[in-house]
Amino acid sequence: MTDVKKMDNSEPKIIAFCCHYCAFAAADLAGTLRLKYPPNVHIIRLPCTGKLDALYLLKAFEAGADGVFVAGCLEGSCHFISGNLRAKKRVRSIQGLLEKLGIGKERLEFFNLSSAQGDRFAQIAREMTERIKKLGSLGVNLSPNPSPKEGRELPPFPSGKGPGVRSVEKEQL
Amino acid sequence: MIVADQKPIEEILQMVEPYRRVLFLGCQSCVAVCMAGGEKEVGLLAAAVRLARKQQGRPIEITEGAVKRQCDDEFNEPWRKTIEQQEAVLSLACGVGVNKLSERFDLPILPALNTKFFGEVERQGIWTEVCAGCGNCILHLTGGICPIARCAKNLLNGPCGGVRADGTCEVSQNGPHPCAWVMIYERLGRLNQRKNIENLFAAKDWSSGRHGGPRRRIREDMLLEG
Repeated sequence: MTDVKKMDNSEPKIIAFCCHYCAFAAADLAGTLRLKYPPNVHIIRLPCTGKLDALYLLKAFEAGADGVFVAGCLEGSCHFISGNLRAKKRVRSIQGLLEKLGIGKERLEFFNLSSAQGDRFAQIAREMTERIKKLGSLGVNLSPNPSPKEGRELPPFPSGKGPGVRSVEKEQL
Repeated sequence: MIVADQKPIEEILQMVEPYRRVLFLGCQSCVAVCMAGGEKEVGLLAAAVRLARKQQGRPIEITEGAVKRQCDDEFNEPWRKTIEQQEAVLSLACGVGVNKLSERFDLPILPALNTKFFGEVERQGIWTEVCAGCGNCILHLTGGICPIARCAKNLLNGPCGGVRADGTCEVSQNGPHPCAWVMIYERLGRLNQRKNIENLFAAKDWSSGRHGGPRRRIREDMLLEG
């Protein structure tokens, strides 16, 4: 998987899950056409967006991505008939989850494009980068257990209190 | 199989809120098949909770795992040491698994699922209740279609006046569904057993079901001791 850690820190980190038959080819075409798009978009090629697992999306955010987009074929043009439609449903479901987690659904998006749309790919990359820049960095640490330098001092464990008895707001912590 | 639903993420976050080291333990049987609490769902839920907690500035250390059948001590035993090192366990098993772990371990066992019913896979992503576990099966008389589970009123001598002209039930909380007794009538016709419909069932003795208190099954010949 893309090493998000090594990516430029000044730009938002964006992971793009791209279908081999359309978005990946479109990104390739964008390069051939010498079109410019932000270099912070890291592409992960999938054989079809139908291969997309909802866990990939959450893992991307856990690995430090500030934004994620999935790009599949135009509706009706999927090489595997309905992979893009299924991926779209998974993305919609995870968008709902991200909203509830306080991350926001805007950080995840699904796009449809064809392999001939190199310019559209460059436009999507710019659009997502601008959107994520406005939202700001997500600030999720890479390490599963952050070192004291990276993480904040933890409040003491509230011993003696049962589950669900407190609701701590973000601001209080 | 036992069909369950994952609790809303807000409720799960609130349950694990006091803890910093939690084991998310799934079950690879029924709840894995109904896509609620298998290894896959453990991974997704753990990632979601980690993300939320990091956002709150209170990271959580989650161990992920799944056992073959959480309702059986034999399969939980290999997890004993891991469980004892936790502040709590979030169980993605059905309610039986949560009870089983709670009997065995002295730490909070939190339910990640709402256990719903005994169901069949209608098609991928849809599960339907077809058995109510009433303890006294009459399926041989009703063409294999259970009126206790599939009729909203558990009628034994149906249908009632709530059946619509198209054969669906007026109770449609989860979308329109066929009247159990219309289904039974048609099925008995196909089996040439329509005369079964003429049998009148006496009032049901519910003591074999939930109304008789918690149930227990004992097979003396299988007991190892005594």
